[in-house]
Amino acid sequence: MTTPSPRFSSPQPSSSQRRLPARELLLFVGLAVVVLGVFAFMGPAYATRMLVEASCYAILALGLTIQWGYAGQFNAGIMGFVALGGFSATFLSIPVNHAFWASDLPGRLGWVLLAMVAVTAIVFAISRLDRIGVPKLLRTILAIVAGIVGYLVVVSWLRSVTNDIESQVEFIGGLGLPVWLGWIVGGALAGGIGYFIGHICLGLRSDYLVIATLGIAEIIKAFLKNSDWLTRGTATISPLPWPVPAPGEVGFLTARALYLSVTVVMIAVIFFLLHRAYHAPWGRMIRAIRDNEVSAAAMGKSINRRRQEIFVFGCILMGIGGAALTSFNGIFDPQGYLPLNHTFLVLVMVILGGPGNNLGTLFGAVLVYVIWIMSGPLALALMHGVAALGADWFDWQPGNLDSRALQARVFVIGLLILLVLRFAPRGLIPEKVAHHD
Amino acid sequence: MNELIYFFNYVVVAGSVTGCIYAMGAIGVTLIYSILRFAHFAHADMMTLGTFVVLLLTLAFPHAGDALGLPTAIVMLPIAMAVTSLVAVGIDRAFYQPLRAHGVKPIVMVIASLGVTLMLQGLIRLFAGTGAQSLYVDARKEIFRIDLPGITRPIVVTEPQIILFAVTIVAVVGLHLFLTRARLGKAMRAMSDNPDLARASGINTRLIITLTWIIAGSLATLAGTLLSLDVAFKPDLSFFLLLPIFAAAIVGGVGHPYGAIAGGFLVGFAETLAVFNWSVLLRPLRDSLPTWLELPNNLALVGTEYKIVVPFFILVAVLIWRPTGIFKGKVI
Repeated sequence: MTTPSPRFSSPQPSSSQRRLPARELLLFVGLAVVVLGVFAFMGPAYATRMLVEASCYAILALGLTIQWGYAGQFNAGIMGFVALGGFSATFLSIPVNHAFWASDLPGRLGWVLLAMVAVTAIVFAISRLDRIGVPKLLRTILAIVAGIVGYLVVVSWLRSVTNDIESQVEFIGGLGLPVWLGWIVGGALAGGIGYFIGHICLGLRSDYLVIATLGIAEIIKAFLKNSDWLTRGTATISPLPWPVPAPGEVGFLTARALYLSVTVVMIAVIFFLLHRAYHAPWGRMIRAIRDNEVSAAAMGKSINRRRQEIFVFGCILMGIGGAALTSFNGIFDPQGYLPLNHTFLVLVMVILGGPGNNLGTLFGAVLVYVIWIMSGPLALALMHGVAALGADWFDWQPGNLDSRALQARVFVIGLLILLVLRFAPRGLIPEKVAHHD
Repeated sequence: MNELIYFFNYVVVAGSVTGCIYAMGAIGVTLIYSILRFAHFAHADMMTLGTFVVLLLTLAFPHAGDALGLPTAIVMLPIAMAVTSLVAVGIDRAFYQPLRAHGVKPIVMVIASLGVTLMLQGLIRLFAGTGAQSLYVDARKEIFRIDLPGITRPIVVTEPQIILFAVTIVAVVGLHLFLTRARLGKAMRAMSDNPDLARASGINTRLIITLTWIIAGSLATLAGTLLSLDVAFKPDLSFFLLLPIFAAAIVGGVGHPYGAIAGGFLVGFAETLAVFNWSVLLRPLRDSLPTWLELPNNLALVGTEYKIVVPFFILVAVLIWRPTGIFKGKVI
């Protein structure tokens, strides 16, 4: 089962090295026509909003394409990294809550955090006791007991502090720093979590990474949703500041266009860096590991470290993209992060566009996002039509049509994934495999 | 004593219920893994699908169970198991088989199974809406209260829980006999050990694959239905089951049916124990505790809203210290 070939069938013969990239040109012209159509029918303000969101998704897709396309690691928890980036952008950029900082609560919270660090240090120290001659079994038992007791103490302490925060000042507010700093920190946070996950799973079978990322995404979401003291939970935080003048100052269209220019510049920088990395020796090594792990290891490449690097890079991009997306939406709502919108949509973008091909990924991101946005009203109209027919013919009276119509899109996304895997496993713009014969 | 009964009701019974459900789910995952060599993420949605079929049948014939004195949903189980198995085999033929024929990497199969997950979820929600529905249509759930002499708090067990325990035992024993005694079961084990050798020695691998889907689909229907009978049918059932089931399968050692059972109970009890409020048990000791030690009201390890952390934590711990699982699964 470890035959190296299967992923993208055998490479195509390289008879025509330098021909005009007709396929790419055609596809991009088609995409431009579609986008112009949206501009014409839905108005420029709407279309610009769509483009900004599509560009944020493109950053997420680039993150996934380096994980899945370059290295063959599949991350099923993009939503978690997006939420983490969004949280960081929110926390750093919203105004300072002076009531919180004027009270004694920051001090108490600080003590709890210190206690947390102390407990971790103690447990870690106990787990090293075997080095000075304590029997291993005793050490394990001691470490577990100390861990549980310390955890219970810290958690009950934290609970009392957070309850006081919620009852006295509602939540701890933000730091009032520039937005872009929040985006960078978001990327760093996501990268940190990615390092933790990668450290555990990357040496094992790739399936385990899928399970672990799925799990961590749900945990991050549960944490953000239930920590009212930190994020106001379901009460949501809005408005979030923008890195460019807000719509109130310069009008919707101009503000969105400015935002779009920021995200496009980010994509351009990321794209350039990825392009360089892909063609550098490092990129070749990554692909060698993906395509034939055994021989790459035989060449003396450190497989797990390279995998770790690429996984963390991908997660950083996802954090940044998620931060940009959340800032643009102007509202931080932990419940708004859905596996469908923030994980599987990105997956479709990458596998449809062309995993491992940055240009293909960009193309897939914009195309899929346009289709996704447009499919909402379309599904509603279809559903109403079907329901009218059903009522006429069978006296069928389904309730809440709108939510059902949106569920139909879930089905279509699933089917799309399967069809692409079956009939176009290399995507619309496949990765170009260089040949030197 | 009241506290012990409370412990029994909220930990032993509840833990066994979740344990049974996770065990049956994990057996399915582990069987598919050992035969087809990929993590089947759509398994929790197959559970939901099976339950949904049961719900439809129960709505169509609400009084079918009265003659036997069982809940209608139980009577409808065999039909729903057959339907779900059929769907599972159909999905395999339509989506997984062509990919297998292409010889794709296991991770691509995993992505395909995520696609199937989305399809099933979309279909079920399209027809069932998003609300919760009880599987007791036109009937009432029976609750047994067993009074012990001298204790005010009774032991509480519900009818679906008793059926669940019985069905789990029957299913596990049946599976054991099948795998160890029946010709096909032995062929299945042979194929899980070494597919090429099995094919070379004349085992019909296609039949074995079909059989695997039938067993997995039936077990998924059983587990999903019995869980929903105890609480209610929710279209997002799979969402809460996916991570624990996989944690159970990995803890037990992937590809190891008996390990999956052990893993299921381990994860189920770990979840229940983690959200259990331990201060209830310590309350009788409160008066004899020293004054400096004040007993907090809430001594649960994690809040119920963080229940999902428990299987994840177990998963991470196992992956770090013993990636092969307790029972030394074959494949990593």
